[in-house]
Formats: sequence, structure tokens, C-alpha cells
Amino acid sequence: MTATTEARSPIPAPRSPRNRRTTRTNYELYGWVFMRASGVLLLVLIFGHLFMNLIDGDGISAIDFGFVAGKWASPLWQVWDLLMLWLAMIHGTNGVRTIINDYAERTGTRVVLKSALYLAFTVTVVLGTLVIFTFDPCPPGSPADLLPSFCTA
Amino acid sequence: MTTVLETTGHATPEPAAEVGAIPSFDVTLRIRRFLPDTPEAEAYWEEFTVTAHGTDRVLDAMHKVKWEVDGSLTFRRSCAHGICGSDAMRINGRNRLACKTLLKDLDIKKPITIEPIKGLPVIKDLVVDMEPFFASYREIMPFLITNGNEPTRERRQSAEQRERYDDTTKCILCAACTSSCPVFWTDGQYFGPAAIVNAHRFIFDSRDEGAAQRLEILNDREGVWRCRTVFNCTEACPRGIEVTKAIQEVKRAMITRAF
Repeated sequence: MTATTEARSPIPAPRSPRNRRTTRTNYELYGWVFMRASGVLLLVLIFGHLFMNLIDGDGISAIDFGFVAGKWASPLWQVWDLLMLWLAMIHGTNGVRTIINDYAERTGTRVVLKSALYLAFTVTVVLGTLVIFTFDPCPPGSPADLLPSFCTA
Repeated sequence: MTTVLETTGHATPEPAAEVGAIPSFDVTLRIRRFLPDTPEAEAYWEEFTVTAHGTDRVLDAMHKVKWEVDGSLTFRRSCAHGICGSDAMRINGRNRLACKTLLKDLDIKKPITIEPIKGLPVIKDLVVDMEPFFASYREIMPFLITNGNEPTRERRQSAEQRERYDDTTKCILCAACTSSCPVFWTDGQYFGPAAIVNAHRFIFDSRDEGAAQRLEILNDREGVWRCRTVFNCTEACPRGIEVTKAIQEVKRAMITRAF
């Protein structure tokens, strides 16, 4: 049946309108504003991050566990990286959500793709946040050759 | 009279063409056909070569095909003067009105491709089902909404107030904008540029009091926020409406309302 319909229409008909319910929320509006605001903020955050890590001081050769631990000892860089993580993840996830809405034609596909997207978002954000606040450059019981020089024992 | 004298006065090197004669040339139309009644109905391309004049439009060449070559060629046209909005089609990959596209403006050395507008179900040849398009149009309530008693005289408006929404009054509902929108192609639930343009026409009308309701409808998930400012609609509009700008103005109205 489906095959017959497809053969009969040379240019595929668009998704037939499912019941377009008025949601009466400003969800899409806030999403639109957030994308612009976070985009501007991310420009500053990311280029600041890149400059601090790759250019300032010894540049890229200075990066090791110790460098990261040193940065995260300061609340400024904790907040900076946390903001960067959250904004980038929400910004990116919302963008991909929009693309899925555009291109996934079947409701089932849409649900599956979006579930996978939100799962990936949650895992990344939770893991990232955890690392920022609990980072330990000298985990006990690790092989000595993998640890930075300042770790004792 | 003067012109004729001047022309004869100068020595013309080219072989004397008849004064006032319109040049004619052969033009090939490559038309996307779809005949639903044939056993295995499938769309295919068919080429027609007709002789056309320099003043002819694509519609004239199509008339020539329909009237003299193949009467089964099906397309919509009513006024044939760019006002009824019946003959929007995809000409050389761009949405145009066949009655407003002059053959001399196209590259006639190659066949001119003519397809039905995209994103709407094709019924036959170049005729598409416009119902989804008009359903969106109806949803934004394209009529004057007012409160209170009817005034005893006309509802007055200054020239400046009229100017505010002048651009969007030009819409002829030909669907060239909506069917050029990539978001509409993949998502038939998107209201589409034409519906938003016609909402804009009332939202910014000083006499109308239904702006809040219309903004509410277009604030929906399939409303203005699906617009990606691709500008295809502005490019396609045969009336020169700045469609994308109108959509952005509706977005701005929503943002100022929300904050």
C-alpha cells in the first residue's frame, strides 16, 4: 500500500499535518533567544579558553594533569568551564533537536533520535560537571609513570 | 512617426528587418509531467519545442504547447497577468509565476525546466493540492478582528499607520514563497511564509485588535520560530514582498510581548 502511494506521487507529499495543538507556552521563543544569547557568550568563553590553554604562558606544552588541576583550583575557572560545558551542551542539543524535527519524518524515528540525543546530553553534562568539581590529579593507586611530578607517593 | 523617419534616415548594415517586427525563436520547455490516470502513474520529463516571440512569457509558450501540441498538459492559470496567483511553478529551479517570467530573461539555448511547486502533493502535471497551504492561511485568521460597537463611520487610519503593513498587503496567495521554503519541504506542519505574511498584515494594522491571538498562534512550535532566515521566500515572491523581513518583524513583536 505504501509503495503504491509513493509511486503515485512524483514529489513526496510533506508530512501530513498531525493535530497542530497550540501549546500556549513560550518554549520555542525562549529557545530562539537562548540560542542567540548563548552563541555570543560561547564565543567569549571558548576563545578565552583556547587562549589560556594554547597560547598564554608555555602554550600547549604546559598542559598536563597538573595544569588542569591548577586551573580548577580557582573558582573562576571552575565557573568558566562549567558555564562553557552547560551552554555548549544546551546550545548544541537544541540545534540537533531542531534538525531532528526538520528531517525525521516518522514519529517513531523522531522519538528514538531525540531520546538518544537527550541521553547523550545528560551523560555528558553529569559526567563533565562531576569532573570539574572532583578532579584529582593524583588518584591513589595509579602507576607512577602516568602521574604528574608533584604527586607524592 | 518621428521614429520611422529616423530609422530610415540612418544606414543600417544588418539586413532590413521589418520595422517593429518582434524577433521570434524556438524554445524548448522541459516539463515535469504526472498523469494520475495512467496504469503506472509515475512522474517523467517531457520536452516540447515551440516557436515563441521575444515578448512572450513562459505562460505563452505553455499555452502554445497546450493549444497546439498536447492538450493533456495541465496547469493552473486564471488572469495570466500576475494578480490571481494561480500559475506559480518552479521554472529553472526557482519559484516563479509563469505569467510574469519573460522568455527573453531566461537562457533559451538550454531547455527551460518547469516543475510543480514543491512540498505540496501533486494532483496532475503542474497542478498541486493547495489545501494544506490554505489551511495554514485560515488558521491565522486573515480577517479584521475588533471589539466593541461598530463605528458609525469608517475606521480611520493615518498614512503612516497604513504604511506600516503596506508591504504584506501585496500578497496574492500564489504559494511561491511557502513552496520555496526548505523547512516547509520537510515539515508540512510549519505554517509557512505566506501564512505569516498574512498574519503580519493584520498584526501591524492599527485598526485590528486580534494581534495577541495571532501572535499566540504563531508562537507555537510550528510557527515563526521554525524560520531559519533562508531568504528563499523573499527571493521567490513575485510581488516583491520582503517576506523574511516580515517574519522577523513578527518574531520581534513576540519577543517584545514576552519580555
